[in-house]
Amino acid sequence: MASLKELKGRINSVKSTQKITKAKQMVAAAKLRKAQAAAEDARPYAARLAEVMGSLASKITVSDNSPKLLAGTGSDKVHLLVVANSDKGLCGAFNSNIVKAALAKARDLQAQGKTVLFYLVGRKGRAVIRREHPNQIAHMFDTSDVRNPGYDEAERVADELVAMYEAGKFDVAHLFYSKFRSALLQEPTDQQIIPVPAPKAVAQTADAVTEYEPDEEEILAALLPRYLKTQLFGALLENAASEQGASMTAMDNATRNAGDLIKKLTIVYNRTRQAAITTELVEIIAGAEAL
Amino acid sequence: MPLHFELVTPAKLVRSEDVHMVVVPGTEGEFGVLAGHAPFMSTIADGALKVYKTENGAPEEIRITGGFAEVGDAGLTVLAEHVEG
Repeated sequence: MASLKELKGRINSVKSTQKITKAKQMVAAAKLRKAQAAAEDARPYAARLAEVMGSLASKITVSDNSPKLLAGTGSDKVHLLVVANSDKGLCGAFNSNIVKAALAKARDLQAQGKTVLFYLVGRKGRAVIRREHPNQIAHMFDTSDVRNPGYDEAERVADELVAMYEAGKFDVAHLFYSKFRSALLQEPTDQQIIPVPAPKAVAQTADAVTEYEPDEEEILAALLPRYLKTQLFGALLENAASEQGASMTAMDNATRNAGDLIKKLTIVYNRTRQAAITTELVEIIAGAEAL
Repeated sequence: MPLHFELVTPAKLVRSEDVHMVVVPGTEGEFGVLAGHAPFMSTIADGALKVYKTENGAPEEIRITGGFAEVGDAGLTVLAEHVEG
C-alpha cells in the first residue's frame, strides 16, 4: 500500500495532466473552427477549376500528344506515395491511421512487383515509414516552420512533384491524407494525383459555343499543374481540420480518463487515511487497557 | 446592364460584384469584357486587371499572377493563384 504522501503526489500530478489536456482540447476546438472556415473558403476556387477542367476534358481526347500529367508516362512501374501528416502529436490515432493506410498500399504495390517511393509531408510519421522502408524515401517536406500549411506549401510540393515526374523519377503518385467527416470521424483517404485522373466531362449546351484563347490543349496544359496544386491544397486543409478534430476528441477522452483516475485515487487516499486513524486508535486503546 | 465579376483565389472568394467592364491581360493580348460577352476562356498573363465600376470612372487595378478567365452566362470569373492588395 502506497503511503499517504505518495498518493497525494499522484493525485496532484494527474490533476495537472488533466489541466493540460483540457486546455489542449479547448485550443483544438477553436482551431477546428478556423480550419473548417478555411476549408469552406477554398471551395469556390476548387469547384470552378473542376468545372473548367470538366468542360475542357469533354473537348479533348487523351492521346499520346496530350500533356504527360494527364496521359501518364506509359508505364506504372514506380509509384510515389505522398503522405501528408501533421507536425504535432496529441491528436489520437490521426497520424498513425494515415501512415497505416500508406504502408498497406505500399505492401500491396510491392506484392505486385512495383517499386514504391515515399514523399513525406509533415514531421509525424517519418520515423515509422523510415523504419519499414529505409531507402525508399524520396523527400521529406518540412512544414514545421509554418503555422498553417497553406497554398504556398501546396504550390511548393506540387512544383517538386512535377519536377520529379518530368525527370522520370516516378510514374504514378498517390496522395494519402485524412478526409474530415466530423470532429469524431476522420477518414484516411488514398487518392491518385498523378497522372491527373481525367475530370468528368460536362455535357455542353449546344447553343453556347465557347471560344478558347489559346486553344483547348494549351489551356489544359496550363491548368493541369494548377489543378494538382488545388488538390494538394484541399488535402492540406482537410488534413488540418482532421488533425484538430482528432485532437479535440483525443483530449476530451484524456480529460475524462484523468477525472476517473482522480476519483479512484481519492477513494484509495481516503481509505488509507481512515486505516491509519483506526490503527492509531487501536494502539491508544490497547495502551490504555494495559495500564 | 452590369457585368457580374468574380475574382477567386484558392484561399477565398476575393470579389463578387457587378461592374461595368473589366479589362483582362490575356496571354494573347488584352481584352475587355462587357456584359453579354460571348462565352470565352483564356489564360491570363501576370499583370493587372482593370475594373471599371462605371462607364466613365477611373479603373481600379488588381494585380494577379497565375490567372485564368472564364466568361459565361453568369458573367466573368477570374481564377488567380495570387492576388495582390
